[in-house]
Amino acid sequence: MKKAFSLFALFVLVVFVPGCKGGNEAVGQEPLTKISGPPAYGDALIDGSIGEPTILIPMLSGDAASQDVAGLIFNGLVKYDTDLGIIGDLAESWDISKDGLVITFHLKKGVRWTDGVEFTADDVIFGFNTIINKKTPTAYSEDFLQVKKAEVLDKYTFRVTYGKPFAPALASWGNLVVLPKHLLEGKDLTKSEFGRDPVGMGPYKLTNWVPGQELILDSNHDYFEGRPYIDRFVYRVIPDRATMFLELQTGGVDMMDLTPIQYTKQTGSEYFRNNFQKFRYPQFVYTYMGFNLKHPFFKDRRVRQAIAYAIDKSEIIDVVLFGLGSPATGPYVPNTWPYNPDVKKYPYNPEKARQLLKEAGWEDTDGDGILDKDGRPFRFTILTNMGNTLRMNTATIIQWKLAKIGIKVDIKVLEWSTFVNEFIDKRRFEAVILGWQISPDPDQFDIWDSKKTKEKEFNFVSYSNPEVDALLEKGRRTYNIEERKKAYFRIQEILAEDLPYIFLYVPDATPIVHARFKGIKPSPIGITYNLPKWYVPRQLQRHHLEP
Amino acid sequence: MLAYLFKRLLEIIPTLFGITLISFFIIHLAPGKPTDIFTELNPKITPEARERLEKLYHLDKPVIVQYGLWLKKIARFDFGESFSSDHRPVIEKIWDSRKPLIERRLFVTFMINLLSMGVILLVALPLGIFSATHQNSLWDKIATTTVFIGFAMPTFWLALLLMILFGVELHWLPISQLKSMGYASLPFWGKVWDLAKHLLLPIFVSAFTGLAADSRFMRSSMLEVVRQDFVTVARAKGLPERLVIYRHAFRNALLPIITLAGLSVGGLVGGSVIFENIFGIPGMGQLFYMSVMTRDYPTVMGILTIGAFLTLFGNLLADLGYMLADPRIRAK
Repeated sequence: MKKAFSLFALFVLVVFVPGCKGGNEAVGQEPLTKISGPPAYGDALIDGSIGEPTILIPMLSGDAASQDVAGLIFNGLVKYDTDLGIIGDLAESWDISKDGLVITFHLKKGVRWTDGVEFTADDVIFGFNTIINKKTPTAYSEDFLQVKKAEVLDKYTFRVTYGKPFAPALASWGNLVVLPKHLLEGKDLTKSEFGRDPVGMGPYKLTNWVPGQELILDSNHDYFEGRPYIDRFVYRVIPDRATMFLELQTGGVDMMDLTPIQYTKQTGSEYFRNNFQKFRYPQFVYTYMGFNLKHPFFKDRRVRQAIAYAIDKSEIIDVVLFGLGSPATGPYVPNTWPYNPDVKKYPYNPEKARQLLKEAGWEDTDGDGILDKDGRPFRFTILTNMGNTLRMNTATIIQWKLAKIGIKVDIKVLEWSTFVNEFIDKRRFEAVILGWQISPDPDQFDIWDSKKTKEKEFNFVSYSNPEVDALLEKGRRTYNIEERKKAYFRIQEILAEDLPYIFLYVPDATPIVHARFKGIKPSPIGITYNLPKWYVPRQLQRHHLEP
Repeated sequence: MLAYLFKRLLEIIPTLFGITLISFFIIHLAPGKPTDIFTELNPKITPEARERLEKLYHLDKPVIVQYGLWLKKIARFDFGESFSSDHRPVIEKIWDSRKPLIERRLFVTFMINLLSMGVILLVALPLGIFSATHQNSLWDKIATTTVFIGFAMPTFWLALLLMILFGVELHWLPISQLKSMGYASLPFWGKVWDLAKHLLLPIFVSAFTGLAADSRFMRSSMLEVVRQDFVTVARAKGLPERLVIYRHAFRNALLPIITLAGLSVGGLVGGSVIFENIFGIPGMGQLFYMSVMTRDYPTVMGILTIGAFLTLFGNLLADLGYMLADPRIRAK
């Protein structure tokens, strides 16, 4: 018994008595965050991830981990700039015909695949033909099926012709469609080794892949934008966030995403302030409460607005996200060009909510504390999916807030596949709490167009507004950014008025990076977009690789 | 003897068939499909694209036809290709023969389970005997309490506490995974040392939390045996207590342990998800869990089939072990 007790006492000591944190790099000297130096080649960056990539061919992968790593190996013809404008990547420039139907890409000259062969327009058309091939198990062919004709004019010129002008098409010429023809021609992409041993032309190339553990990438000295400073990029797979956080403190990981609680409560010590840099920016995701607009309760816009007034978004953010997020006002991310900051907002105002409900005919006539109309009490169910605590907590807060204005809410949590197949697709819901990933292109035709309401389509709330339909069409048929902006700004105004969804919040991404890495410039699209330009000053380099 | 063995081996075939049939239908009962990761609530997917993907994986056919297709392959020892987006052969995911041993999932899980089973037996058997021979003494109570603390303690909690102590505070041991960054450039003994350091915590945790069953079985079985007549005879003829216990009683008390060991052969290839996730060990548990979550039917079935086969085989081994240890069973 005594032995067991002393063992236990040891644990208690370890957990509750704060010791000196590992590393001790900054003790008695200047904090790492303050030391700077000129850019230098060398060192390695270890990125911690909870998931392992499955395949490094962008058009075949479906998970974030695969896309993270493949993004370092392959470049596209175009890419998003930090403000979500589109800039050239492998394409030097491009021309769009007056009618918006023909795009001609002029490729950069002298770019080489890492096996030394030159990259040309043949590789682009090869990738294009692969992605539209019916035998390729890709989820991304839709944008490319709009292409009527694709042709190679010469080694460095590639031209596509569309049936109708289609603005989101330009951005689709990213790294999905660039494959080395000389290595893959005549081969079955799914059966080839290429997905686990790819050859690209990006800043890094894959050196070794240890399943379930790590992917090691070495810098491409021949990279067309210049050799990356950091020699090695290690993508380390650690499925448990608590373990990863311990690895961060012992130097086993240099970069990871923090959970809200780690960001706000566990990384405030002097050790962390001196040895790490934390970042915070909105993710391309928003969480919303969507109404079934066919349901008699929610047909009336005043009811939806009343519910919006009864919900305090900042309270949800404070409780659920520890303050690490911003209130959503529409389906776009703050600080990007399609985002309209001046739309109708619904500050917390339960009085106004009650008044609007009264106008709509909802009153508590029988005195049981629940509003009613024509003898029917105002009671509905919010559905959400299992495994997402943020959404479940959000639902609980909304339940409590609506109870205060006399609306009774039940919450039902369902397994994801059941939720989608049995309830969303069959429209058997009153309200849902869900989230959308926001694509950097503002086209959201599939979500808001009144024709997109069939089973398995995405306007499952059955939203219908002719003006929005027209604006959506206008926005996707022009390449002129000012005109697009006008259309999407107006759409946001209408959505804020109509409220088919109550837009709740945009959570923040909260990565942490070891302080020896310099040159990181946070932007609306994150921090890793300029990874090849990150560097570690010579005197701070930790890993020395044998040549 | 040989005829018996042959008969038992033949019996494995129909049992295995039944197991795969039932498992196949049960996993298909779960809602969702392998293609969901691409298609559910993804605005970029058209209904045509969804149908095309489902056709590629034969998901449009009835379950019984899908089972037939799977069975046809397995009869030729072909586990098929994974439905996850890497499309690798299932067998390569479990046992990639082009990688070094330490990077093959089945080997990693097998090695860790075998080592921890070894440690458990080495500690649990003497502990059980000791408890039995000193029944109700203070030390018996301490031993009992300790193994039950281990049994009751959540693996992930103990693992995290030890990681904080030995990894973050003391810097004695690495925190997770099996190898250090520079593993490839180490000499042979350096590799062994590196591996040993990485394995120390996982094996300690799994052994400490798994001590209870074996030691308690050993204790009660020993208590039963020392009460029997032949032990009294052995003592009466003046044998030293050490010989009475370790030569005569021990062998007889071992029989239940053989059953227990036989049953755990199947478990040697099944890893624990929580345990593997906490330590970042790429073993079978992780693979199985991910396959189930993404409805990767061929991989799930592959792992289940191998596990089922080994469990049946383990039972056979246990029976053979019995025959070796106990002349009474051999005579029958």
